[in-house]
Amino acid sequence: MAHAYTPGLKVTECTNLRVRRILPISGSVHVEKGQDVQAEDVVAEAQIPGNIFPINLANLLATAPAELQNCMKKEVGDRVEIGDLLAESKGIFGFFKTQYHSKSAGVLEAVSKITGQVILRGAPIPVQVKAYVTGKVIDIMPEHGVVIESTVAFIQGIFGIGSEAYGPIAVACETPDEILRAEHIKPEMSGCVIIGGARMTNEAIAKAVEIGAAAVISGGIDDQDLKNILGYDLGVAITGTENIGPSLIITEGFGDIAMAERTHRLLCSHTGHAASVNGATQIRAGVMRPEIVIPLDQTHSSDTIDEGVVEGILEPGVTIRLIRDPYFGRIGQVATLPSEPQVLGSGSKARVLTVTCENGEEILVPRANVEIIAD
Amino acid sequence: MPVISPDEINVILATDCGSTTTKAIMIEKIDGHYRQTYRGEAPTTVEEPAANVTIGVANAIAEIGELAGRKLLDENNEIIRPARGNEGCDIYISTSSAGGGLQMLVSGVVREMTAASAKRAALGAGAIVLDIIASNDKRKPYEQIQRIRELRPDMILMAGGTDGGTEKHVVQLAELIAPAKPQPRFGSEYRMPVIFAGNKEAWPMVRDTFDDSVELSQVENVRPILDRENLGPARDMIHDLFLEHVMAHAPGYDKLIAWTDAPIMPTPGAVGNILKTIAEKSGINAVGVDIGGATTDVFSVFDGEFNRTVSANLGMSYSISNVCAEATMPNILRWVHVDMDERELRNRVKNKMIRPTTIPQSLEALIFEQAVSREALRLAYLQHKEFATTLKGVQQQRTVGDLFTQDSGGNSIVDNMKLDLLVASGGVLSHAPRMEQTAAMLIDAFEPEGFTRLAKDSIFMMPHLGVLAQVHPQAALEVFERDCLIYLGTCIATAGKPVPNKVAFEYRITGDITAQGEILAGELKRIPLAADQEARVSITPHRKLDAGNGKGQSVEKTVHGGTVGIILDGRGRPLLVGGETGYSRQDVSQWVEALNLYENESLVSSK
Repeated sequence: MAHAYTPGLKVTECTNLRVRRILPISGSVHVEKGQDVQAEDVVAEAQIPGNIFPINLANLLATAPAELQNCMKKEVGDRVEIGDLLAESKGIFGFFKTQYHSKSAGVLEAVSKITGQVILRGAPIPVQVKAYVTGKVIDIMPEHGVVIESTVAFIQGIFGIGSEAYGPIAVACETPDEILRAEHIKPEMSGCVIIGGARMTNEAIAKAVEIGAAAVISGGIDDQDLKNILGYDLGVAITGTENIGPSLIITEGFGDIAMAERTHRLLCSHTGHAASVNGATQIRAGVMRPEIVIPLDQTHSSDTIDEGVVEGILEPGVTIRLIRDPYFGRIGQVATLPSEPQVLGSGSKARVLTVTCENGEEILVPRANVEIIAD
Repeated sequence: MPVISPDEINVILATDCGSTTTKAIMIEKIDGHYRQTYRGEAPTTVEEPAANVTIGVANAIAEIGELAGRKLLDENNEIIRPARGNEGCDIYISTSSAGGGLQMLVSGVVREMTAASAKRAALGAGAIVLDIIASNDKRKPYEQIQRIRELRPDMILMAGGTDGGTEKHVVQLAELIAPAKPQPRFGSEYRMPVIFAGNKEAWPMVRDTFDDSVELSQVENVRPILDRENLGPARDMIHDLFLEHVMAHAPGYDKLIAWTDAPIMPTPGAVGNILKTIAEKSGINAVGVDIGGATTDVFSVFDGEFNRTVSANLGMSYSISNVCAEATMPNILRWVHVDMDERELRNRVKNKMIRPTTIPQSLEALIFEQAVSREALRLAYLQHKEFATTLKGVQQQRTVGDLFTQDSGGNSIVDNMKLDLLVASGGVLSHAPRMEQTAAMLIDAFEPEGFTRLAKDSIFMMPHLGVLAQVHPQAALEVFERDCLIYLGTCIATAGKPVPNKVAFEYRITGDITAQGEILAGELKRIPLAADQEARVSITPHRKLDAGNGKGQSVEKTVHGGTVGIILDGRGRPLLVGGETGYSRQDVSQWVEALNLYENESLVSSK
């Protein structure tokens, strides 16, 4: 049968989502298996070894590195506070001594006889991991983290910036093809996950920053606007650490593009519900897409288990989106999948399919340029 | 591994396990000569759910088996060896860049000297260098430590100090790296390999600085004296540790290592190996380029000196947006001869970045993508030329005449006038619908001077041949010459700025074809000469231009043909396109026409 695999983005009304919440290094887990947790509960915590402060003490005391040990006023392993006397040179006949008072706090970790360098280790840096999604703890990895399961509505975006954010859903654009403008964003949307329609404008984002929105979700964004917001031209699609205020997620792509109707309808149906959002995107081997997770109340249940991996079969009748110019953003259904490669307008030969668009037009596109819209 | 005499090797299987695809080729001895006969490919299976690289390898080999009608795998999906009749193969070899390849951190005392040598050793071994820590890199020690902690390298190479030179600075670097405890990518079980290739007298102190949380080893100094590099031992150690540690932690590699008859090499290391072997064998200077989705690798061999650079964020899909950011849109659009809307293009570039597997459907999209590739290649080659230099820090004998040239050493050894062969590989170059497009992208980006033969790697088998050269150099060379390269032809260009509206050079061609005429300043001309044809070409340049023998001096050489033929380039070097003083869009249109790059009618219909 003429079919091929192609990854798509997940947009689902009800699924069981499992999220792994793991510490970067071993630490302690604060919850128990079977416990119900809220999205913003801290479930695990660790202490990352503190920053290192190297001090070239032999130079500062004008002494030979080999002599430094005799000048030290603190032992390796001792706690040092800012202003503490760390070392004192022997001087000449007991006079003209040079002292060094520590400019950093920490624990004395090493004194080098060769280079005369002293290493102070600062206080450990706490790292907390939140539950991210309201749900139940179904597994514990001692000292490392937890797995939380929750029945949710789950929507993957195509690109985002900013990290994890939480807030109730507030709809700003009533239709998916409406451009999200500044006037759509009201002061009462402060702390909310704002749902737009088509492209989000520069002014709308500025307004969202001003009122303190948690996140803004819309169909597209102009690259020039993204550059203005970030202050630089984004070169590599590895995001998540930006700090512009709200996290931003686009569901379809760059440019003037409407949000998929199904996505918009699903988001609007959850107006007022709490959502967890993550704008982090990594487009590399091991791709990571931004997401909107809306936990459903307990009356819902789902048989499907979703761990974020989506794969579909490209076959006649499947609904797809065209993801490359000249038809970028159009939605249609696969009509046929010819097995022989065909010559494209560019002159290249590629495997193709025919698509029946929503307006009834039938067009030929390379298979590489379509994306299945998950059911 | 079975020991087999090279004379008894008749069937060779080779795979290259890339990040996304595992490519397999079969080489057979036919009528006394080795030829590449079949190829197969399958998705690489290092990620879940398969999480075993050998599954992808077996799938790719199974495809070859089906095509060749030869049973290569037994019932346990293991490779049958040795070859018997219509079954199995004699040797199996492989390269790998799966899982992002080999990522390294290097350090040295002086950035331009020992640290540069360490970087060259790491790059030559096929690694991606994440950062260089040096005593003079202008970062404060805590910033260097912070950086070391942020990175997640697979391996660290420490250089520093010539033998008998500074010890203190070398130990100081060790004192930064040891407490920073860089976290490897492969989890807490992994002991980070640290190679020390610096001042041998500092070794005991360096050894004392590290605890047993790292796998510390020592090799000969990469820079034993200032005017000599000794990169071999460090490169060999990198390869050994790559196998023992990095590969051993990748899913299924223990089995793959057991299958292979020669050590697995990192893919770029193998490509460098074959290019070096060919250049040495043929006595030529060569440049190879592999442009991928995320990175662009450039390899060069000039006067026997091998260099490799990897431009980590110059590529045609994942990194396309970065190419546009670094090159700037006006520089990309100077190669485009039709009207395009910049705002629209910016969005298209980002859409390609977020959906990297899409391909250009319209001719307009193809023209734009090829314009981006020219800039990506140009920037990658620029980085390569800056890196491939004579050793810095070497005292030079100066004469009175040198007083006015304030060279401190470190001149680029890449000389386009001396370049004999330019080899292209990677999607945008290999899959261009017309060979003329590949040739044009190469010439515009690399600006070869004099007489330069152009070729492309037919099915990207240079990695396979690189590792084959380790075990059977003759087979590797035969296949390289007969099956690996598709010759595009020869580019003939003069260096210097041509005088507008004047003749850049006169040419006279004899041999399999005959022709003669003049090339005007700014003109490009193609003369067909088939791959199996040869011609004697004589060039007489304008008195301000150089074709290889000095300004105004004639040059005569035998040139080889190819799918494109001879390209006579009167545009001058450096090639100035766009801006107020460079060639105009009208000139670019004329070049497109001269080389018959695109079908004009399709462009109209695609718009």
